[in-house]
Amino acid sequence: MKKTVFAGFGGQGVLMMGYTLALAAMDDGKEITYLPAYGAEMRGGTANCTVAISDEEIFSPVASSPDYAVIMNNPSLIKYESMVRSGGTIFTNSSLVTKTIGRDDISVIRIPASDIAKKLKEERITNMIMLGAFVAQTQLTSLDSIMNALSEIAKGKKSGLMKLNRKGLDTGAEYVLKGAQV
Amino acid sequence: MSKKVLMRGSQAIGEAAVRAGCRFYAGYPITPQNELTEYMAEAMDGLNDGTFIQAESELAAINMVIGASMAGARAMTSSSSPGISLKQEGISFLAAQELPAVIVNTMRGGPGLGNIAPSQSDYFQATRGGGHGDYRTIVLAPASGQELADLTRTAFEYADKYRSPVLILGDGMMGQMMEPIVFPEPIDVRTFSPKSWILDGAKGRPSRIILSLLLNPPEQEDLNWRLARKYEIITREIPMSESYMTSDANMIVIAYGTAARIAKGAVKRVRELGLKVGLLRPITLWPFPNRPLKELSRHVREFLVFEMNMGQMIDDVKLALEGRGNVHFYGRPGGIISTPDEIAKTINSIYHRQHLEED
Repeated sequence: MKKTVFAGFGGQGVLMMGYTLALAAMDDGKEITYLPAYGAEMRGGTANCTVAISDEEIFSPVASSPDYAVIMNNPSLIKYESMVRSGGTIFTNSSLVTKTIGRDDISVIRIPASDIAKKLKEERITNMIMLGAFVAQTQLTSLDSIMNALSEIAKGKKSGLMKLNRKGLDTGAEYVLKGAQV
Repeated sequence: MSKKVLMRGSQAIGEAAVRAGCRFYAGYPITPQNELTEYMAEAMDGLNDGTFIQAESELAAINMVIGASMAGARAMTSSSSPGISLKQEGISFLAAQELPAVIVNTMRGGPGLGNIAPSQSDYFQATRGGGHGDYRTIVLAPASGQELADLTRTAFEYADKYRSPVLILGDGMMGQMMEPIVFPEPIDVRTFSPKSWILDGAKGRPSRIILSLLLNPPEQEDLNWRLARKYEIITREIPMSESYMTSDANMIVIAYGTAARIAKGAVKRVRELGLKVGLLRPITLWPFPNRPLKELSRHVREFLVFEMNMGQMIDDVKLALEGRGNVHFYGRPGGIISTPDEIAKTINSIYHRQHLEED
């Protein structure tokens, strides 16, 4: 079983990343749970969700020590850095996450997703760049499954948007596969 | 069979209700279950025989459900803890008038307004009647998305079969969490057998009266006896529970709903360490599954009740065990979600303190 926490500000597409991953893994035939954090505050506040993916029945959907964390801002790094299990991996959007990571028992993969998105003149796909990098590295699912999940979610929306999503996913994946690991 | 879908718990209840033939929903907003009300608004709008009402209050909503049920519809309302308190008068009237209805309580931290985090604070209220008067409410406690869908169907069936309000007791986490669900096929409401007691116009037949004011004590006593006999039948027919790794266990954890999932994770962990621990998960909270507990007590001495409150179901566990075995308790109230590690540590400490490793 692998548990992943996605965390950032509301509006960064944090819940969308988790939901897409969950749906893709479900369609792959895995057992999954998707647990969005909810609170009284919504806009501008913090957003996070936990996705568990397993070949067996999942008991607790909560991650007290997640295998992976995808971190989109500094406050989320402060919250989750210590929680990731030893040997786990933190993925950061290094354009925004500037705080240094003190642990040496975990891997850190820094993706300047916001900068890449700006270069592509499409800041909307920042989360897709992160998700592409995450999937390419963890192999929890495939980019094709992610695309299928996205078309399921975006039913009836413009196909141009789907092309853009694919571009984001591919760019993120490529960035990681070319060796962004530190 | 329909396709597997990924759906939020609250919405799964809504979809399952519509498929079970629910054609009337009235509710008043409260977190963390607004997704259910929202879902019912859209679903009822899409049916040509469905009615959705956002009522002016919880009290209005439950009374609208009373009316819809009297008229023969499969009717539902939902709320979260403080809102369920407001509905209790109506639930007592449903019981008195022997009206079927499904009520969903997505529990949050309490007492008072409390908070909006997942909790199991309303066990007493749910299983001990909740409203005034001498009555019982069937209480179902799902622990997964699939079970939310399945038990919602069951809730409507029991409500009609026993002419009784049925409570689905979930919590904020189950309402918000998404899991894969395969829904049962929808029921065609035209296939329901006609109800012989509903108020649908007396033209061509003698009039019927449904009321809960029985000023003449013998009449009230008759109703109380009738209800008591009905509750006896229910107690015999429907208790449900899940047993996990109990056959060789010398210690049993008892938990329901979200707490049971966490406990199951803990049991799996301690099993890996060689501890013989099992889980009993009540699925009906009233009637409580006494029999499996009684049977376990023949060879198990230590029982640990885990609840997301300060100890409510533990009373029913003690009643079921009738003094056999030691009953321990671990609880996290206030909307805190424990981790399997935390429960595993508690299990471990009891296990070794009681020298169960020597058994």
